[in-house]
Amino acid sequence: MIFSRVYAVFLRQLYLIRNNPTRLASIFLWLLVNIIMWGFISKYLGTFGKSTFGFVTVILGAIILWEFVTRIQQGMMTSFLEDIWTQNFINFFASPLKIAEYLSGLVLNSITTGLLGFFIVAIIAGAAFGYDIFKIGLLLIPAMAILFIFGISMGIVVSGLIFRLGPTAEWLGWPIPLVLSIFSGVFYPVSTLPFALRIIARMIPASYVFETIRTVLSNPSITVGIASDLLIGAILALIYLGGAYILFISVYKRNLKNGAIAQFSAESF
Amino acid sequence: MNNEVILKTVGLTKQYGTIKAVDHISFAVQSGQIVGLLGPNGAGKSTTINMILGILQPTDGTVEIFGKNMVAHRSLISRGINFAAVYAHMPPNLTVRQNLRVFGLLYGVKKLNYRIAELLDEFDLEKFASSKAGILSSGELSRLSLAKAVINRPRLLLLDEPTASLDPSISLQIREKIKEYVDKTQTAVLWTSHNMREIEAVCDHVLFLSHGHILLSGDPRSLPSDHGKRDLEELFIAVAREPLSLKET
Repeated sequence: MIFSRVYAVFLRQLYLIRNNPTRLASIFLWLLVNIIMWGFISKYLGTFGKSTFGFVTVILGAIILWEFVTRIQQGMMTSFLEDIWTQNFINFFASPLKIAEYLSGLVLNSITTGLLGFFIVAIIAGAAFGYDIFKIGLLLIPAMAILFIFGISMGIVVSGLIFRLGPTAEWLGWPIPLVLSIFSGVFYPVSTLPFALRIIARMIPASYVFETIRTVLSNPSITVGIASDLLIGAILALIYLGGAYILFISVYKRNLKNGAIAQFSAESF
Repeated sequence: MNNEVILKTVGLTKQYGTIKAVDHISFAVQSGQIVGLLGPNGAGKSTTINMILGILQPTDGTVEIFGKNMVAHRSLISRGINFAAVYAHMPPNLTVRQNLRVFGLLYGVKKLNYRIAELLDEFDLEKFASSKAGILSSGELSRLSLAKAVINRPRLLLLDEPTASLDPSISLQIREKIKEYVDKTQTAVLWTSHNMREIEAVCDHVLFLSHGHILLSGDPRSLPSDHGKRDLEELFIAVAREPLSLKET
């Protein structure tokens, strides 16, 4: 792996933002809208009855972390789509660039925009709703690492599907985070789900992260099982990452045989 | 010309289902040589170029560049080759300078700032350095594609219709730039074009493709008369319309 080639892929995305700052809207606008909307919903729900349940704590924390996953996944996907829209594949893949370097460049881009979005939203959540995501403490580090790997895996899978099925497959990519949020225990405990859906939830790394955070926030004295749950989440995330990479490579090899790389454009599918 | 073989294809074949787009073609390009790959639309020129570039896997046969197999050593070989093609657009939303920087990094160009300045000067792109590629005229865009194509000082340059859609004056300008570059660097060039006057002017050798086969090959200045034709254009038309009557024995 040659870093200058990874950096070239990253730099191309950075130039796109620099040349057209309205692209920042795609990174931050949805995040801001979501955090503000859910912030007010949480505040409103918190006014009901004599509830001691911290809606703001649970909902906003979940929203911030799930938006982080979503931005990572969509950051990968939109960077990949940019190369389709500008018919740039032939230029990239006829150069010494390797697939691992190309994907690493996209990962570098999505981690940059994902973290930027995370910090901005964390600041707004603190200023507007008095919510401090960093109260989760050191647990935030492994939690975000697992969510990051999972987000990258989803991004690679969606990019692979687009590479295999054509640019219209991007419509599969946009709702994937929303669909997965049903099983990931983002807004409610996994135990809320019926048995069959709970099995699916157990196969999703993010569910271990959100269950752990919910447990710790509701009862900070509980420490048993946290490390093992996070470890399962991390192992699953790494398995997904490996699987996603294999999928992308197999689609690339297929496209190398059928000529799709040279002719890859919206019109060719 | 030092006669070093830079590119060699042996039995190169590409088959899509029952259709053979390229059928067992073998040829070589030497250092400092400009070889024209000619033929009507659908003859297999771009398919051949794509296999040489390593973005299309041959069904059979081999591509050897610098004595190494392209399929096995794609990334390593790609450092020493480059291309410009009418269908390979430069990212339109990056400026000229940004494009050159991105591709310079991809090709591992040393002293990149210096090289970019050199190319901007050489291809008269200085005043467009901060303009986005998407707003350049066809001629300016072709110059940018060529600047990108030589950024790594390739020893093998693949040009797929580099002057298509350009007016005769700009075509001439581009042609001269390439010729000058080849004379200076002894780069091996494989060039496809539908402009026969251009081919006559720049190529040392031509290969006529028809239905994926090499039908004719030779010196572009003597080949027409060898086959009873006035010029290369007349020969091209004959290849396109009556290939069987021209088949080399």
